[in-house]
Amino acid sequence: MTAILGVGMHPWGKWGRSFVSYGVHAARAALADAGVPWGDVDLVVGGETVRNGYGGYVAGATFAQALGWNGARVATAYAACATGAQALDTARARIMAGLAEVALVVGADTTPKGFLAPNAGERWDDPDWLRFRLLGMTNPAYFAMYARRRMDLYGATQEDFAQVKVKNARHGLANPNARYRREVSVADVLGSAVVSDPLHLLDICATSDGAAAVVIAGDEYVRRLGVSDPVRIRAISTVTPTFPNTVLDMPLLSTDSSSAVPGTARTFKESIAHAAYEEAGIGPEDVSLAEVYDLSTALELDWMEDLALCRRGEAESLLRAGETALGGRIPVNPSGGLACFGEAVPAQALAQVCEVTWQLRGQAEGRQVDGARIGITANQGLFGHGSSVLLSR
Amino acid sequence: MSETATPAIEGWFTTDPPALTGSRCASCATVFFPPVPVEGAFCRNPGCDGEDFETTALSRRGTVWSYTDAQYQPPPPYRPPGDPFEPFALAAVELPEGLVVLGQVALGYGVADLRVGAEAELVVETLYADDSGERTIWRWKPVVEMGQETEQ
Repeated sequence: MTAILGVGMHPWGKWGRSFVSYGVHAARAALADAGVPWGDVDLVVGGETVRNGYGGYVAGATFAQALGWNGARVATAYAACATGAQALDTARARIMAGLAEVALVVGADTTPKGFLAPNAGERWDDPDWLRFRLLGMTNPAYFAMYARRRMDLYGATQEDFAQVKVKNARHGLANPNARYRREVSVADVLGSAVVSDPLHLLDICATSDGAAAVVIAGDEYVRRLGVSDPVRIRAISTVTPTFPNTVLDMPLLSTDSSSAVPGTARTFKESIAHAAYEEAGIGPEDVSLAEVYDLSTALELDWMEDLALCRRGEAESLLRAGETALGGRIPVNPSGGLACFGEAVPAQALAQVCEVTWQLRGQAEGRQVDGARIGITANQGLFGHGSSVLLSR
Repeated sequence: MSETATPAIEGWFTTDPPALTGSRCASCATVFFPPVPVEGAFCRNPGCDGEDFETTALSRRGTVWSYTDAQYQPPPPYRPPGDPFEPFALAAVELPEGLVVLGQVALGYGVADLRVGAEAELVVETLYADDSGERTIWRWKPVVEMGQETEQ
């Protein structure tokens, strides 16, 4: 079973430096953590960044060249917010097939400020362009609609959402890679400006520069290196939706119709997690911690249910009882989540894997989940992308 | 709306009566919105390889799936109708055809007028004005029956 030998990150922040410099920093940290010389790496998989020109489109090769060409095979993956996991999936598959011995997976980004907006030019056949031109429908507006459903259907309150931020801010205090490391109160969140009702500014994650890297290898190399008891990858899910996808997904203007083909038993997000549990032969009751994509505070609550950590509509109960905070039954986002990091698209899914790895090794100083044995990640990206990675030790 | 108003996008809705224009697959009857391109469209039902579609007027009324508003001006290519920016509401409405369609909310209505599960109906209003005149768009308007109070 593929092992994670090393993980490394460049701290998240906003400096406007080259994404390559962040990526090399994270890559070298991961290689050092693994005790693996760069010369041993025979596969490099990069997570693409779409805002940094051609070099970003071929990120795998860009990082390989920056580290010093070593003749390794290369691949680059793009899956929106799931990019890092898809890159890891690509690397893992080649290792499992015996076509690579040691793989380095890297994602890095440097990101513009403010609302994420599409590239310039008119594109009347692109839903990601049309949702702005015809509707003024921003990313936070989608997050807000999901949050509103929680309020009207389950009785969630803006205070509940604020408590997610409070919890995650507390978790992030002990995370040296987090961009935001300070306590946040419910009053702070509710006192921040409303961006899209019911979400306030502090309910919504920022965008950041950042980089994360993972070194993985198969059993043979692990044995030769003399590593005992590494973190192992039990599953990587990167499934697409099943028709009809009846939950409104960003950046679309509508859903599929269930008029002719009936709706699916599981929603797309539920199916992402389900595929990971199935591959691993593990159930949600076995999970020690979860790193989920809190693009907004309310979305963390949706994810808990999508991961079947509780029943639909019950996430607020767990939050209110302290179950998802460190010390609780099922800590969620012990890293501090996007609330403390902001989003660096190609790196984020790898950052989730880094955190779970540190947790399973007992190296998450100041934010350690006691007895962590099994961790799961989850995220979703535009246009049918999503991922869930299950790790154990 | 003036007499010279034209849709901000062609073929997606009618003004008189106000209705969304969808496409129905001639093979499996699945409905799609936005409507499929005139040429080279394929049915997205994985069990159907249909390539012929009929246009169909979608139901004008549905139930609110969710709603929100824009308190800050969205970035381009959004074009504000005027200056300064006025916040506006947005709603996702589920139609009897089994799909949910996004739209701005009709002028004069905000999040306080909406609730998940409430009824909404389609109207057509001005989105912005450009060199060719007023450009229109579909919007969702809360249905308030005579004698009902909207919840605060």
